[in-house]
Amino acid sequence: MKNLKTNGSKDPLGLFSSPPVDQVGITERAKRFTTRSLKTDCKSDGLRMILSMIDLTTLEGADTPRKVRQLCYKAEHLHDSIPDLPSTAAVCVYPTLVKVAKDALSESSTVKIASVATAFPAGQGHLDHKLEETRRAVEDGADEIDMVISRGKFLSGDYAYVSDEIAQVKEACQGARLKVILETGELGTLDAVRRASDIAIRSGADFIKTSTGKISPAATLPITLVMLLAIRDHYFATGEMIGMKPAGGISKSKLALQYLLMVKETLGDAWLDNEWFRFGASSLANDVLMQVAKQEEGVYQAAQYFSKD
Amino acid sequence: MPSKTKKPKASWKLSPALESTAQVDIATRYKNYIDGSWVAPSEGKYFPTKNPATGKKLSEVAKSTQPDVDLAVKAARKAYDEVWSQITPRERGKYLFRIARLIQERAREFAIIETLDGGKPIRESRDVDIPLAANHFFYYAGWADKLEYAFPNRKVAPIGVAGQIIPWNFPLLMAAWKIAPALATGNTVVLKPAETTPLTALKLAELFSDAGLPDGVVNIVTGDGTTGAELANHPGVDKIAFTGSTEVGKSIQKSAAGSNKRLTLELGGKAANIILEDAPIDQAVEGVVNGIYFNQGHVCCAGSRLFVQESVYEEVIQKLKQRIDTLIVGDPLDKNTDIGAINSREQLKTIQKYIKIGIKEGADLYQPECELSTVGSWCPPTLFTNVAQSSVIAQEEIFGPVLAAQTFRTVPEVIEKANNTPYGLAAGVWCDKGARLFQLTNALDAGVVWGNTYNQFDPTSPFGGYKESGFGREGGLHGLSAYLHTSSH
Repeated sequence: MKNLKTNGSKDPLGLFSSPPVDQVGITERAKRFTTRSLKTDCKSDGLRMILSMIDLTTLEGADTPRKVRQLCYKAEHLHDSIPDLPSTAAVCVYPTLVKVAKDALSESSTVKIASVATAFPAGQGHLDHKLEETRRAVEDGADEIDMVISRGKFLSGDYAYVSDEIAQVKEACQGARLKVILETGELGTLDAVRRASDIAIRSGADFIKTSTGKISPAATLPITLVMLLAIRDHYFATGEMIGMKPAGGISKSKLALQYLLMVKETLGDAWLDNEWFRFGASSLANDVLMQVAKQEEGVYQAAQYFSKD
Repeated sequence: MPSKTKKPKASWKLSPALESTAQVDIATRYKNYIDGSWVAPSEGKYFPTKNPATGKKLSEVAKSTQPDVDLAVKAARKAYDEVWSQITPRERGKYLFRIARLIQERAREFAIIETLDGGKPIRESRDVDIPLAANHFFYYAGWADKLEYAFPNRKVAPIGVAGQIIPWNFPLLMAAWKIAPALATGNTVVLKPAETTPLTALKLAELFSDAGLPDGVVNIVTGDGTTGAELANHPGVDKIAFTGSTEVGKSIQKSAAGSNKRLTLELGGKAANIILEDAPIDQAVEGVVNGIYFNQGHVCCAGSRLFVQESVYEEVIQKLKQRIDTLIVGDPLDKNTDIGAINSREQLKTIQKYIKIGIKEGADLYQPECELSTVGSWCPPTLFTNVAQSSVIAQEEIFGPVLAAQTFRTVPEVIEKANNTPYGLAAGVWCDKGARLFQLTNALDAGVVWGNTYNQFDPTSPFGGYKESGFGREGGLHGLSAYLHTSSH
């Protein structure tokens, strides 16, 4: 690729072109999901589904081993006073804390360990370091790797670099599932979101993910819709399912239910499973728990009845 | 890598979410609203208005004849001479602002009645019909005392008594489209709502009383087509505004010929929705769905003909079918319903007749699997592919949720096909390239052409047709001139 200098473009053959996206149309369609009425059985089924799809996340400089242990306990025991609640899908931590999480979760736990890698959140690191970081996280016990793309390279038009990097990280994952974070808040347009989604999907992503949570705006309904449509087109073309993970900015049950509805109407019920859809969130779980408790008991409980981890 | 996490139910379904009708007050019988009072029809006859989703009677309304129309026109004339032409333009504006605010305050009640009487989904009456109706009054209220600025260097004067006949597809919205500009420009009104959907217009009459609108400024007489004809033919009417079928529009135009009556007609359509190969396909598909299935396709500007460039045809049809499968057909009062009931038995028969014709003509029918209620009038969203330009379903207005799809290869070809219709009300073009978009939109003979969107309505934007879709414009400045004499001093 790099030797092709026919017109000065970094993508002279248009290998990384994607279908156009109409922002007005996407915004209108996304708005439709917010006018649906999700109540009674639909709501309680949906709330439990949301809990089972959460990647319970802590990604702070101040994270401690004990905080990660607490997080792991919470993932398996969301609110023991309500019986039959699911576990969260995963815990999501920094690479240095993967071993702690592995140790804290029982052998038989269904909760996966996801680790961010590749110089999260900025992605401003050397490729060999990123690959080494990925390998070590997997060797320490990570089931899933959440990588960030090199936004600088992407925005400069060097799509081949972005694609190669994803493919190499995928190899370093050694079978662990790879979530590719586009950091849509830095991409600028929905066309760029679509292009980045297509590049990630074609380069080996098992999941595409909106955001690190460190940049605002993070996940939104319109941006997630664009990514779901990329997943759908890939499925139509190849029959292969790709997962979706909106992350950051989803802290309320009502909004999370609207995301589920959007997935259902865009991709179908097959994606309504934590195998294919996740929420990257830290405070969403408690809001959902409050709603579940309200449905069980008929009244809202105060926030202090739910553990903050 | 199968997950071992405990999973909730496999298929996640929406639960019923019915809008409550508890706060809605519908009388068992409505008389005509003439000169600020409720007046019984001279022959004492009434006819029922039904809920098309259940077939049950909601109320009964006056069956008006010539003497009733005559009474209403005389009341409008008196109000024009003695009150409405005498007060200041600013006063007129004040009433219109008040009406707009009252519609907003009672939006929920109006939305529910609109849905009960007409069968349209509550989502649409709540989010489209009623807010737009209020916006029309707000918009024209602002013009009432600024008409000199609307038509610089022209002297403007109201026409007098306007006879207005409106259709059943957007009952309150069409009443607003007609009444707001007429009152803002200083005319008085006799309005005849549609036979199957008179209730929101009659509720609007109650609201006019509450707003303190002077007696006789707006009069409402109910009835069928014969009542409408009496109104159109009445010698005391100075201006006729009609929205409805092309057939009736033609007969009104004949009867108005030779009289001094001013006339505007907003009639049928068979709009082309055109998808070029570089279009954003997913959004175009959404626009096609919105274009034809909005309000069960009971829309004069519905995008009922789909033209897809052949290189993206398979993709468009696959995605269109998938989207159609997700549409929820059912109880119009359910907040999640996308497609409600067909407005009347009669209209359902018309739509079914055309679907049979389409099948007989050899087109391929696609309808989603959906359970339809056994009572009431229903039609699933319908797509015909493999349609010929000469097919009846591609030529005649069906006024239902029926889409006829064709392909094209070149832009000149699609321009010729799109314009090859007696109608010229609306069209839509989907294309990512601005230059080509404008080249194409300029070449289409239609009063409204939408680019990368469809069915957008705004009071500031004129709406109306070419050819047999009628003449005259409603909305915007153009909508004012339809109710004014303008002269150069």
